[in-house]
Amino acid sequence: MKTQTSIPQKIWAVIKGNPIVIMLAVLSLVVGCTIDKFFSLDNLNNLMCNTTVRFLIALGVSGCLITKGTDLSAGRQAALAATLTGVMVQRADYASRMFSWMPEMNMWVVLLIVLALGAIIGTITGVIVSYLNVPPFIATLGIQTIVYGINLIYTNAQPIGGFTDSFKAFFNWKFLPIGDFKGFNGYILFALLFGLLFWFMYNKTTHGKYIYAIGGNENAAEVSGVNVRSRKTLIYMTAGVMYAFAGFLMTGKSGGASASMGVSYELEAIAGCTIGGVSTTGGIGTVGGILIGVLVFELLKIILQFVGADPNFNYIVQGLVVITAVAMDIRKYVAKK
Amino acid sequence: MSEYRLEMRGVCKSFPGVKALDHAQLCLHPGKVHALMGENGAGKSTLMKCMFGIYSMDEGEIIYEGQKVTIKDPLEALKMGIAMVHQELQPIPARTIGENIFLGRYPMKKFLGFIPVVDHEKMYADTAELLKKVRMDFDPKQMLGELSVSQMQSVEIAKAVSANCKVLILDEPTSSLTSNEVEALFRIIEDLKADGVAIVYISHKMDEILRISDEVTIMRDGQYIGTWDCAGLTTDFIISKMVGRELTNLYPERHNVPGDVVFEVENFTSINPKSFRNVNFQLRKGEILGVGGLVGAQRTELMEGLFGIRSHTTGTIKYQGKELTISRPKDAIDQGVAMLTEDRRATGILGVLSIADNISVASLKKYLDFGVMINDKKVEELVQENVKKMNIKTPSSKTQIQSLSGGNQQKVLIGRWLANNPDVLILDEPTRGIDVGAKYEIYCIIEELARAGKSIIMISSEMAELIGMSDRIMVMCDGRVTGFIDGKDATQENIMELATQFEKV
Repeated sequence: MKTQTSIPQKIWAVIKGNPIVIMLAVLSLVVGCTIDKFFSLDNLNNLMCNTTVRFLIALGVSGCLITKGTDLSAGRQAALAATLTGVMVQRADYASRMFSWMPEMNMWVVLLIVLALGAIIGTITGVIVSYLNVPPFIATLGIQTIVYGINLIYTNAQPIGGFTDSFKAFFNWKFLPIGDFKGFNGYILFALLFGLLFWFMYNKTTHGKYIYAIGGNENAAEVSGVNVRSRKTLIYMTAGVMYAFAGFLMTGKSGGASASMGVSYELEAIAGCTIGGVSTTGGIGTVGGILIGVLVFELLKIILQFVGADPNFNYIVQGLVVITAVAMDIRKYVAKK
Repeated sequence: MSEYRLEMRGVCKSFPGVKALDHAQLCLHPGKVHALMGENGAGKSTLMKCMFGIYSMDEGEIIYEGQKVTIKDPLEALKMGIAMVHQELQPIPARTIGENIFLGRYPMKKFLGFIPVVDHEKMYADTAELLKKVRMDFDPKQMLGELSVSQMQSVEIAKAVSANCKVLILDEPTSSLTSNEVEALFRIIEDLKADGVAIVYISHKMDEILRISDEVTIMRDGQYIGTWDCAGLTTDFIISKMVGRELTNLYPERHNVPGDVVFEVENFTSINPKSFRNVNFQLRKGEILGVGGLVGAQRTELMEGLFGIRSHTTGTIKYQGKELTISRPKDAIDQGVAMLTEDRRATGILGVLSIADNISVASLKKYLDFGVMINDKKVEELVQENVKKMNIKTPSSKTQIQSLSGGNQQKVLIGRWLANNPDVLILDEPTRGIDVGAKYEIYCIIEELARAGKSIIMISSEMAELIGMSDRIMVMCDGRVTGFIDGKDATQENIMELATQFEKV
């Protein structure tokens, strides 16, 4: 016998399944209707630009989370990539150039160098986690402080600016201008590109299937012929690349770089993943969910900004949202037993 | 007062799909050692867990010192004076002996007259006393993890004694002990007997049973068979009572014809000295080789060693004369060996993933387009083919595997291995925890595979299943292969005899 579900029941099921998303949608409707300019293309662009960086980091960390790991070094790794990018795209005639011996480089070459470095740091993390058997929480905590130290030392804790015109031009490029609206920033397309790439990886490749298998049951995956150690190393390497890309965008977006960027971005990314349904018990998570999770956070920040709240309230509200989301996620599994 | 310290009567206990206990009973005299015997799965441990309050009984009663009682949980059992030393010890290695013994009931004192704190002096003094009682002279402050398994066991017994127990359950206490350690244990048991403790002794080792126990209760298939005074009993009598079940036609007719020897294992030895050693056997094409033995015979460990889950020191594995190098499961799979592991939950199913993901995970490389992209249609075909062939009952290929019944999960896992078209298929307890109907279907699948020329190794703890399905039976005891029996000549008695050939030290 099939149970009939009426449309109201279905709607109720959706609401029950995504209470935080629904709550935010309602909240933004209320804010949008009461405050001018909330529903504007400028604000939308602002939201998407902020989301892009966080989304890339969240994609990186999602592989770690699905395999029951974590990565606390994401923000610091992104910051290192950001300052490196900054150093390499400084104008040759800029007075306080950090490395005056360096030739002016093409920004795409810079990107490649930064990504390669991200891959190296990620691989080191992966090796520590999977071959030295250090719990991911501890391993990435160590990497986090090491990377931060390196970043402070070589930049002398000084901010970096004076970028080449071509670099600035790339980040100022906009598309789809409508009336007064100058268009969306071009680099938000990277979010789309990497979203699609990760979707493909998670759903269509053996590597993606193995990630879910390891998260579902590491021992069973090993018995089924998955080389768990090398797969995990690959996951952390991919994550490193994503943080590096995010760092590159951070520098371009803000027009400057410093070692203090990216603080606690990893926590926002982990929180976003969790709200987006990446299970803390492993084996579950989708790219769509991650995007929604990250959007929820950025939307929340913008709402608080629009209602004129002290920006420091952000932290309190975010913490509450994360705890609520995870508590509900765990409850789903508790209820099944 | 009745003559018994404790009586359990008419105990029934069902788990989903299995009736584990069917009117079982057990009556214990004070000051006597009562052996509880039966095959693997006869319900001995389940009965003990009911007594100790780990499981609740569906039916039946417990009469303790003449009073009818209900035991809700182990804590209550302990308070009443019932203690249990488990088959698998669960100590806290990083704490001291004293803390392990008094865990949860530390002696307290008042600091500054009002702050309750643990009275360490009294705890360690009491511990020293207790250790003396079980003839051990350890420092009570020594870390438990520094002791050997047998020493830990003595500590466990000391813990039981410290609870002033009147009933002590020993579940396979000697399975990991050397003969000297066994003697030490027997001395402790004699002391406890003299103190009037009623002891339940579960073991497979006949000579021990006949030596130490005063009475024997035998169980079979969760039922009570009988209780006898130990004096005058013989090993043969006990075995016949343990296995005396009628064989009905629960197995398909076998038409597979074993061919040439294809798979050879020589001198295979574990890195763990207590595990499998010097194992030699051969397997023919199209043969079903049963592997029998008692719990702890290291059958699973041997097969996991062959499959690369566990490490070995010496030994070679050959397939059709060619030596295989296997250091991890992936190597075994790549060379045509597959293994259905014993514990479905721990090393089999990917619980939260779908049927399709579970069935395809070991053979994903076969469904790629352009070398990178998984063709979902091919995976779906694989699922549908298996669903049809093995009659897997599932709403869809996207259903989470953890929502299926045990039998259907097992079929999905068999499908996972068949997708790779292996030459040698190792099945470790393929029908454990599966209901009768699904069992027959799985037997049919095994027979079909053998007929198609696959070589099959099947570990089973069910005698009837071994005899009913095997062309040949390899029997192990305590890490060694103790003999081979032709399937036609196999009886429960001759298997049991080989399975209990412990090395005399």
